[in-house]
Amino acid sequence: MIDTLFFALVAAVAVVAAVAMVVARRAVHSALFLVVILFCVALLYLTLSAEFLAAVQIIVYAGAVMVLFLFVITLLNPAAEQQLADVRSHGIVAAVLAGVLLIEVAAVLRWGTLAGQPASFPPPAVPWSDNVQAIGEGLFTTGFLLPFELTSVLLIVAIVGATVLAKRRL
Amino acid sequence: MIAPLSYYLILSAVLFSIGVVGVLVRRNPLVMFMSIELMLNAANLTFVAFSRYFNTIQGQIVVFFILTIAAAEVVVGLAIIVSIFRSKATIDVDQVASLKG
Repeated sequence: MIDTLFFALVAAVAVVAAVAMVVARRAVHSALFLVVILFCVALLYLTLSAEFLAAVQIIVYAGAVMVLFLFVITLLNPAAEQQLADVRSHGIVAAVLAGVLLIEVAAVLRWGTLAGQPASFPPPAVPWSDNVQAIGEGLFTTGFLLPFELTSVLLIVAIVGATVLAKRRL
Repeated sequence: MIAPLSYYLILSAVLFSIGVVGVLVRRNPLVMFMSIELMLNAANLTFVAFSRYFNTIQGQIVVFFILTIAAAEVVVGLAIIVSIFRSKATIDVDQVASLKG
């Protein structure tokens, strides 16, 4: 019961912050609302006993990625932001399309293959404190080793690409 | 115990739809990027919820990879936005239409 209440509270904050992020007139406000959403998602990860991902979410997303966003917001011209604030003309069409998408997802959830499954979560297979160890073992022993190494190549490519794009003269 | 699985899935569907609206409606590419991050987070929440539901760790590993790819995507995307702003002096997505047929 208390868990459902906690979920409802965090979910309400996340949804309100998401709507505020979309309608905020200034990009800085949108960024701060996104931080709120990221923290809410990290809290939900904790309730799902994924504490490693919750920590990574806060460090990488709410830390590194959002700092990058704020740097770029300050780099760009704040005066040009006023005309960027108003929405594009096809806002109603977009809202209708998103509503249709939401109804589709809800229909899949309601009548999809999951419909016959029990709704509640089973008891955890690994104890709460072994999450990091379980992720490490899964990452390095169950066929995710090559993707993990490829990730480092991807990050190098992203660093080089960002440097080439952002520097005026190499 | 934990709130039912469907609650998590519904929340992530709602967040994803709000992100779709943000990408379609706003003309500031930075806010569009933030909406994309919101959609990625909604998908991640689904992954973690199913990972817990089926008691497997694979879902969390996939989220780990998505986090990495999202970081790389943000870095390259923001660099592109900065260089567009340098060459055009605007970042309005409706003004940057040189490739429009």
